[in-house]
Amino acid sequence: MTLALDIFTLVAVAAGSFFFMAGTVGLLRFPDTMTRLHALTKVDNLGLGLIVVGLFPRAEGFLGALKLLSVWIFVQLSGAIVSQLIAHVARRGGRRT
Amino acid sequence: MTYAFVFEIGLAALLLTIATWAIVARAAFAAIVAFMIYGLLVGIVWVRLFAVDVALTEAAIGGGLTGMLLLGAAARLREAEGSGERPGLAVRLVAGALCVLVSAALGIVVFSLPDAAPTLAPTAMANLAQSGLGNPVAAVLFVFRAFDTLLEKVVLLLALVGVWSLAPDRVWGGVPGFRVYSEPSSILVYLAQLLPPIGIMIGIYMFWTGASHPGGAFQGGTVLAAMWLLVMIARLQPVPAISQLRIRFLLVVGPVIFIVIGLLGFVFADAFLAYPAGYAKPLIVIAESTLTLSIGVTLGLLVAGPPERMTQQ
Repeated sequence: MTLALDIFTLVAVAAGSFFFMAGTVGLLRFPDTMTRLHALTKVDNLGLGLIVVGLFPRAEGFLGALKLLSVWIFVQLSGAIVSQLIAHVARRGGRRT
Repeated sequence: MTYAFVFEIGLAALLLTIATWAIVARAAFAAIVAFMIYGLLVGIVWVRLFAVDVALTEAAIGGGLTGMLLLGAAARLREAEGSGERPGLAVRLVAGALCVLVSAALGIVVFSLPDAAPTLAPTAMANLAQSGLGNPVAAVLFVFRAFDTLLEKVVLLLALVGVWSLAPDRVWGGVPGFRVYSEPSSILVYLAQLLPPIGIMIGIYMFWTGASHPGGAFQGGTVLAAMWLLVMIARLQPVPAISQLRIRFLLVVGPVIFIVIGLLGFVFADAFLAYPAGYAKPLIVIAESTLTLSIGVTLGLLVAGPPERMTQQ
């Protein structure tokens, strides 16, 4: 059972790290603000989500897992809203990328 | 060579890179962003050094609030920036020489430190039980070195007075000219409606848990300040005039109660800021809860800046 849980953690965290890596490449390589924002927000969603899910078996009980989950939710919330705000500014005026 | 070691080397390299970027960046905005990232990374370093209290403060103050202060300063300086004149060779040489001197002095000091740093940590841990607190950092801040903590809070107020004193006479007591960077959009208003209830709860939790776990008045106060600033940026609440009695009261209530508790120490214990036996924890909680409030309001008003007009817009 523990072995299965360890493998689950490994796979999920590795997948999450992969998304972070992909997002970073996107941030560096994409041509303009909008596409870069797209890369960033996908990473927040999927990468962090997978890492959080992967860490569930290692959390300190139910409350620990709940804290991890809330971290993910807040990062998603702030990420989504901040990217909206940045996109808003980028569209209105500054096309400097 | 362990994974942790590799991680730490990578972290140190990243830290140095960001620090260099913050220094060499030409535009103020880029330098400030680098500085904020630097603050967050230093926070991670403190976690690696098992100093979670310091990490929280560094992330909140170094990464968050100082960054906002600097952004405000950069917005003010925007008119002055861009003259494009490079300083003369002599000025640059002197500046370079002074930088080298400071760096060399710091380097000498760091390398001449004794290998085993003198520490009071065992003494603090041995007397922890007397303080009634579970977190040794909180015990040092509010029991063993309470006077330092008191001065720290008063310094914060002095800094705010310094900011306010930049106001011209005719707008004294007026409304801070909080630099808002864009028109509030509906999504910002949504965030400012959604986040504060949760943020205020987290701020209070950080202060409350500070007695036995990492956290405390400063960290909690910073979160409260951030929530207040968010509400002001979204223009759900107006920026208050600094002459408002309510604001003045909130600013001083924490330090005043701390001083009163300190003075009572003369009567009920045997020294300034000494707590009578058995009452240490409740007194500290009273002092810390009001300090959290005062710190929050002080930090918020520091970011809001000096008064610029007499009436609300």
